[in-house]
Amino acid sequence: MSQLPPIEPDLNEAAAGAAAPDTIAATDQQSNFELKEVEGLSQGRIVWRRFLRHRGAMISAVILLIVVVAAFSSEGIDALGVKIPGWWPYNYTQLTTMHGGGQPTWQHPFGEDSLGRDMFAIVMRGCQQSLMIVFIVGVISLVIGVIIGAASGFFRGWVDTILMRFTDIVLIIPLIVLTATLGRRYGASGSLVLAVVLGLASWTALARLVRGDFLSLREREFVDAARVAGAGPWRIMMVHILPNAIGVIIVNTTLLMSATILTESAVSFLGFGVQAPDVSLGSVIGQYQTAFQTRPWLFFWPAAFIVIISLTINFIGDGLRDAFDPRQKRALNKAARKAAAAAREKARTEASGASQPA
Amino acid sequence: MLTFLSRRLLASIIVLLLASYLVYILSANAGDPLDALRTSTAKNKEQLIAQRIQQLGLDIPTPLRYFLWLGGILKVFVGHFTLGQTISGTNVTTAVGSAAIVTIQLIVASVALAIVFGVLIGITTALRQYSGYDYTVTFLAFLFFSLPSFFIAVVLKAYVGITFNNYLADPHVAWWAYVFIPLVIGGAAAGVAGGTRRFRFMTFAIATVATLAVVVFIAATDWFVTPTLGAADIVIVAIVAVALALLVTVLTTGTRNRKALYTALTTVAVGLVLYFPFMAISEHLQLWSVALLGLLAIAVGLVIGYLFGGHDRSQSMRNGAIVAFLTGLVIVIDRFMQSWHVYVTEVVNGRPIATVGSATPDLNSLTSSFWIHGLDTYTHLLLPTISLCLISIAGYSRYMRANLLDVMNSDYIRTARAKGLNQRTVVMRHAFRNSLIPLTTIVAFDLGALLGGAVITENVFAWSGMGRLFTDALRDVDVNSLMGYFVVAGISVVVFNLLADVAYSALDPRIRIAA
Repeated sequence: MSQLPPIEPDLNEAAAGAAAPDTIAATDQQSNFELKEVEGLSQGRIVWRRFLRHRGAMISAVILLIVVVAAFSSEGIDALGVKIPGWWPYNYTQLTTMHGGGQPTWQHPFGEDSLGRDMFAIVMRGCQQSLMIVFIVGVISLVIGVIIGAASGFFRGWVDTILMRFTDIVLIIPLIVLTATLGRRYGASGSLVLAVVLGLASWTALARLVRGDFLSLREREFVDAARVAGAGPWRIMMVHILPNAIGVIIVNTTLLMSATILTESAVSFLGFGVQAPDVSLGSVIGQYQTAFQTRPWLFFWPAAFIVIISLTINFIGDGLRDAFDPRQKRALNKAARKAAAAAREKARTEASGASQPA
Repeated sequence: MLTFLSRRLLASIIVLLLASYLVYILSANAGDPLDALRTSTAKNKEQLIAQRIQQLGLDIPTPLRYFLWLGGILKVFVGHFTLGQTISGTNVTTAVGSAAIVTIQLIVASVALAIVFGVLIGITTALRQYSGYDYTVTFLAFLFFSLPSFFIAVVLKAYVGITFNNYLADPHVAWWAYVFIPLVIGGAAAGVAGGTRRFRFMTFAIATVATLAVVVFIAATDWFVTPTLGAADIVIVAIVAVALALLVTVLTTGTRNRKALYTALTTVAVGLVLYFPFMAISEHLQLWSVALLGLLAIAVGLVIGYLFGGHDRSQSMRNGAIVAFLTGLVIVIDRFMQSWHVYVTEVVNGRPIATVGSATPDLNSLTSSFWIHGLDTYTHLLLPTISLCLISIAGYSRYMRANLLDVMNSDYIRTARAKGLNQRTVVMRHAFRNSLIPLTTIVAFDLGALLGGAVITENVFAWSGMGRLFTDALRDVDVNSLMGYFVVAGISVVVFNLLADVAYSALDPRIRIAA
């Protein structure tokens, strides 16, 4: 029952003694509070404020930020010829003297691997690689998926047929097959190349969703209005339809990114992804999966970071979905919620009082 | 409908052809199939290389070689169907065939369990939306979404499998098991029960005490070492069967419907009467005869329901059939448990939970007993199934929860409540069934994808199924095997997508397929 909209008469009506159980008024009552709260704000601001109030998403965002900063600052940046040293004394390829069996010590908080490399350095480097791959895959999928989805949804007809059959062709090949096959070929050329080819394989779901959104949005009145005003197809797509589809796009790109970290680590785990000497979180686990009975720290640290990254991105995606969902009522702030609840309570008591025979 | 199907099929075939071309080119370019030979130290290296080039047609450029491969498939019309040869010279068709059987074995149980538990958890969380139980399950679902499947698999293998085997070797229940297991189960029961604080507390107390009793019983009798009490098993079977019968009745018709209740209880009684005769003949049974007995049991349940009748005869019959099936299942499980000790001591040397492979090697030479073979399959299936299940359950339960919430807000549910139907009828008859419809699509997609092999799980647990075939083929750049794999995986994706569409329109008359 709790998920049904509250069926309470409107506050004013109840106060006036007209206790007609008007179901629509109750929703109005609640949205009045929401409206008051968001008065004069743009859609973007409203979504942003709702997102900021989503506790799970905010905590996740902070944790993710910490991981990103830690990963990139500790090991430094070493990509595309740019080299910035980090604050961590050890490098992920550097051999150090072994302490005992490589157990975690103050000097090596995450322990050392069987060769004596510092595990913290390896894990941070793995995080860097995985985060970078996730980011690049997200951007590439976003661009390809939006372009293909928008074009086929907006132009329909033969453009739609050709683009969607092309999407089907990529979609029918299981993602792990596509990524592993591409990874086998390009994994050794560095993780940047790997990220690009993974991105070329992951855009299909997004393209379909964007197409669906465009198909329905292009029939709306505001698009007709724009067309009558003389806007060309490019302008209609970019200025009128795309901003309305942005919710679907952002939410699904985020979820795609959290799925990508799992795909990437699975492919690297199988040995078709990031190749030695470079490391990603998945390849570290794949390398040490048998060693973990004796040296669990080789296994658990990288696994923990995969889970942290994937979980936080998932929660952020969830928060974004709630924020973009106009039906979402839970984003009301505490004071407003309390006020609404009090109003409902008052209405209920007065209504029940009124409905009693005098 | 027919036009729709034929159009879709035609489009799918074209898509498959183009996709297979893409995969062929990609896999042929993934590496060098002669790598292993080039680095070998064999004396006749040159000869071997020449032989392999000859055998796989490597001297033909890849874009053209594809058509040679396609020709092999098209020969199906003249009866010479071939998928080519693997890199080691065997037929791809045989390799793919045996791999497919292993994979089907692996995924059937996990998909079935994932549906059952996913639906159960989804329903309970939807009905208790925004409760502590709901939030806990939601968090766990997110967690399992975010866990890489290889992580779950490796942890299960190293901890659950090995810990349980160690426990069997030295059956000693740790103190925390007495504390945590009852508390967790009691908490979950209270969360599902909902209602007033007092009611929840009572549920929590009863469930905790009951679970504690079970744990103490298990510890006292070393249940996992010898999970049987001999002939006294019938007491446990009776308790479990009656409890299931009551549960089924409460969920489907309510205990107010006396005829349905009596049907259920009579069915259990008949099952218990047949318990000893079944045990007497059980040693000679095989899979087909057990299945036949199962069908027979369902028929008996239907007959009992028919005889009891009542104002809604079909309800009693359905109740009887479900209870008969469950009672039979309990008895069969008990029979398996009676073989457990023999299996553990004589077949696997006290370490029953297998972490590698799909069957104990040379089991056929040891025994032909259906029960021992069944146990062997279960112990090998257990860990891979759990690891496949957990992630699917997380997905299905979220999906089911969203569906049910959606349905519960619809107008016909309001109508049903307005008619004065009680919560059970509204949920089980009106909401539950309709919320299952969208799930069929997801399950069909999943099955289609899983037939392409649970690549990670198969690799960790060393099952030589489709996923293993794929990774091995990719590692060796064995293009023909990889294509054989893709043919099966691709076709199953296409077929199950088609099935999903058809099933959806068949189940929901509001959806009409546009030709």
